[in-house]
Amino acid sequence: MASHPEDTAQKSGLSLEEKATIRSICREVEDDPARMMDILLRVQDRFRCISAPAMDVIAEATGLSRIAVEGVASFYAFFSSEPKGRVTIRLCDDIIDRFSGLASVTAAFENALSITVGETTPDGAFSLEYTPCIGLCDQAPAAMVNDLVVTNLTAERVHEIVAALKAGAPPEEVLVDRYAERTPYQRAKEMVSNNIRHAGPVLLGPVPEDAGLEAAVETGPAQIIRTLETSGLRGCGGAGFPTGRKWRAAAATEADRRFVICNADEGEPGTFKDRVLLTERPHLVFEGMTIAARAIGAKEGIIYLRGEYVYLRDLLEEVLADRRNRGLLGPAIMGVDGFDFDIRLQLGAGAYICGEEGALISSCEGLPGEPKTRPPFPVTRGYLGCPTVVNNVETLCHAARILGTGAQWFAGMGTKDSPGTKLFSVSGDCLNPGIYELPYGVSIRDLLEMVGAEDAAAVLVGGPSGTMIARDTFDRRLAFDDLATGGAVVVFNGDRNILEIVEYYMSFFVHESCGYCTPCRVGNVFLQKAIGKFRKGLANPSDIAYLRDLSDTIIETSRCGLGMTSPNPILSTLENFPLVYSAVAKPSADRTRATFDIQSAIENARQLAKRRSHIYDRDFTK
Amino acid sequence: MTELRKARVATASLAGCFGCHMAILDMDERLIDLMSKVEIDRSPLTDFKQFTRRCDIGIIEGGCCNEENVHVLQDFRRNCDVLIALGQCAIMGGLPAMRNAIMHSDAPLRECLEEAFITGRNLTNATHNIPNDPALPLLLDEVYACNEVVEIDHNIPGCAPSGDIIYDTLIKLLAGKFHGFERETIRFD
Ligand SMILES: Cc1cc2nc3c(=O)[nH]c(=O)nc-3n(C[C@H](O)[C@H](O)[C@H](O)COP(=O)(O)O)c2cc1C
Ligand code: SF4
Ligand code: SF4
Ligand code: FES
Repeated sequence: MASHPEDTAQKSGLSLEEKATIRSICREVEDDPARMMDILLRVQDRFRCISAPAMDVIAEATGLSRIAVEGVASFYAFFSSEPKGRVTIRLCDDIIDRFSGLASVTAAFENALSITVGETTPDGAFSLEYTPCIGLCDQAPAAMVNDLVVTNLTAERVHEIVAALKAGAPPEEVLVDRYAERTPYQRAKEMVSNNIRHAGPVLLGPVPEDAGLEAAVETGPAQIIRTLETSGLRGCGGAGFPTGRKWRAAAATEADRRFVICNADEGEPGTFKDRVLLTERPHLVFEGMTIAARAIGAKEGIIYLRGEYVYLRDLLEEVLADRRNRGLLGPAIMGVDGFDFDIRLQLGAGAYICGEEGALISSCEGLPGEPKTRPPFPVTRGYLGCPTVVNNVETLCHAARILGTGAQWFAGMGTKDSPGTKLFSVSGDCLNPGIYELPYGVSIRDLLEMVGAEDAAAVLVGGPSGTMIARDTFDRRLAFDDLATGGAVVVFNGDRNILEIVEYYMSFFVHESCGYCTPCRVGNVFLQKAIGKFRKGLANPSDIAYLRDLSDTIIETSRCGLGMTSPNPILSTLENFPLVYSAVAKPSADRTRATFDIQSAIENARQLAKRRSHIYDRDFTK
Repeated sequence: MTELRKARVATASLAGCFGCHMAILDMDERLIDLMSKVEIDRSPLTDFKQFTRRCDIGIIEGGCCNEENVHVLQDFRRNCDVLIALGQCAIMGGLPAMRNAIMHSDAPLRECLEEAFITGRNLTNATHNIPNDPALPLLLDEVYACNEVVEIDHNIPGCAPSGDIIYDTLIKLLAGKFHGFERETIRFD
């Protein structure tokens, strides 16, 4: 049997043929170092790893140093220097999945594959990994299988899947019935239900095709921006920045090139509304981008799709091609001379931080996904140094609808400060997890009633970087002046352990910190450890002050939104569930530290010295 | 009217170089004034190995590198109302804690001992053995700051802290007027 190409790549450099393959991958993107993500994604795909010799070839082709290539390759979770299995299974290990039977699903995979999480089978057939939220929280436990996904996993389903894969069936055929015959949309629907539980008038109800774009072509750039400003639309990616103002700033910056980027990175755990829009309203997303291009005078656009949503790539590419065919993308859109705009799909590779707009731009530029120092803001210096509008998927959809139907109509819904409707992705302990399009201002209590979660004890609004609230404040409202959210609403019932939830989310931030700022990189580890003390019953009351102090330092000294919000799971539970902490924090009777364990501290020495302790081994004399 | 009893002070040197104890003596003739307000109980200065009675103030030099350090420190915590970490070793582990930097090893403690007694350059160790007399206390896996082992009430920073700062702090503590340091007094640059 011929050895696999990647085996040789690891051991003795690459064959001439393999080098040629890598060079041609680079040539497909014109050896452009700014397209490093695409190069690495393809090399990873082809060889199942990005080996050191492969990095050399890439560096040579793109004119970068080897270390620059390695800096990118080692940043993203989906790239590996060691070969991954031909089938790589990535299980979501978010707290929602843990509360939905992840343990038995993991055990089933481990049994069926005879490896543990983190390992690859010796024959190179399978790898099994954990990954944070993959945006399928309404059908947990969920997993990625290569470029596909599988939901509502049970131990039985795992055994079926693995048996079929082991028998040699390709993952497409195992996970999608009659894969070859189906359209990309049907394939996506076969794997994932979109669980639209409540369609509102803006996004999920009936949407007239390209009405917004027609209006935008008629009225021209200045009026588009005025309309958006009148509508009061605020960004749906979390921060709520007024969209009209953002577009105005980008249009006002002198430049030869401008860019529109759609942020489809949707990484905040518990958020999956963009997934639904990308599946059910892809035309509306691209319509919104095209309108933005018209407004600011951009000719080029990028949709940054998180690596976890690669199962939607074909669907989106098909829609893009269709729009090009119909003159809705490309040169002279809708016959308007000089209205040229096209969109490229940029795939991510498993990094939450790439949802932050600066990091997202870095990633599109072929760099490690590190945030940029602000100012300058992207609207003045963004992608490749040019003015760039970065908007969330949902924001762009709203913009298209506002242009088509009217600013007043939109502003008439929701609240004064937060006009319009919003998609809420609800998951966790409720009867009807899924998507709800509701006007801003809806109360948590009303939402919980709709989703069938009357026994909710805690609700996490906005994901881990948001706020965890308790039953006594369920009258609070979902709007920017009360509870802001990019869309995530995670419900926990009274049986859930708040500290376990908090500890998980801290581990998420530890994992996802890009590492640039010490307070974020190190501080979150300390926070996670401190929460561990509370969980083990080893905390004392001064540890509560420590949590607050350290959180303040991290928030104060971090460069980007990740660090500035990462202590929120702790701060908001300290505020809203104070008893959870005080109940387990007890002063030690003799003021010695319960966390210091002398037995484990001397164990090494005991073995090295081959003798017992005079002081701490009571039975020494026996 | 009964005269106020003298405050009882105890001190110990754990994993330190004894420099902090020397610094205590650096308060020079103010020692005479101090001794009018305190009596020294368990301490290397008196050579009392045990507490004769409960003390008001305990002063610790050095962190914990072995089990005996831990034992002494816990004993101090149980027998002193106020416990002070004196100097960088007590507060942070100090120089001895450099061995905590041996992280990327499966057996950091063994590696440390081997380098110190067998493989290290410029060594003269005729026996080529790592000392292992039964009377030697067992080493800890890492060097711990005092605050990791017991609760510490106050830190007096410095390596070693000056005699002035030690004196001032003790006098203020005795008067019940110590509320931490002014930034200026603990800057060293
Ligand atoms: C750590 C972090 C992660 C983020 N993730 C996302 C994301 O997944 N999707 C998104 O649209 N915005 C995300 N954002 C917000 C973006 O930085 C940016 O504000 C947003 O894309 C702007 O679009 P909008 O105004 O339409 O909301 C994130 C921000 C931070 C700090
Ligand atoms: S705050 Fe954290 S994620 Fe953001 S730049 Fe700093 S280290 Fe990176
Ligand atoms: S702090 Fe300095 S003077 Fe004090 S024990 Fe440590 S090394 Fe010696
Ligand atoms: S997919 Fe598992 S929590 Fe989102």
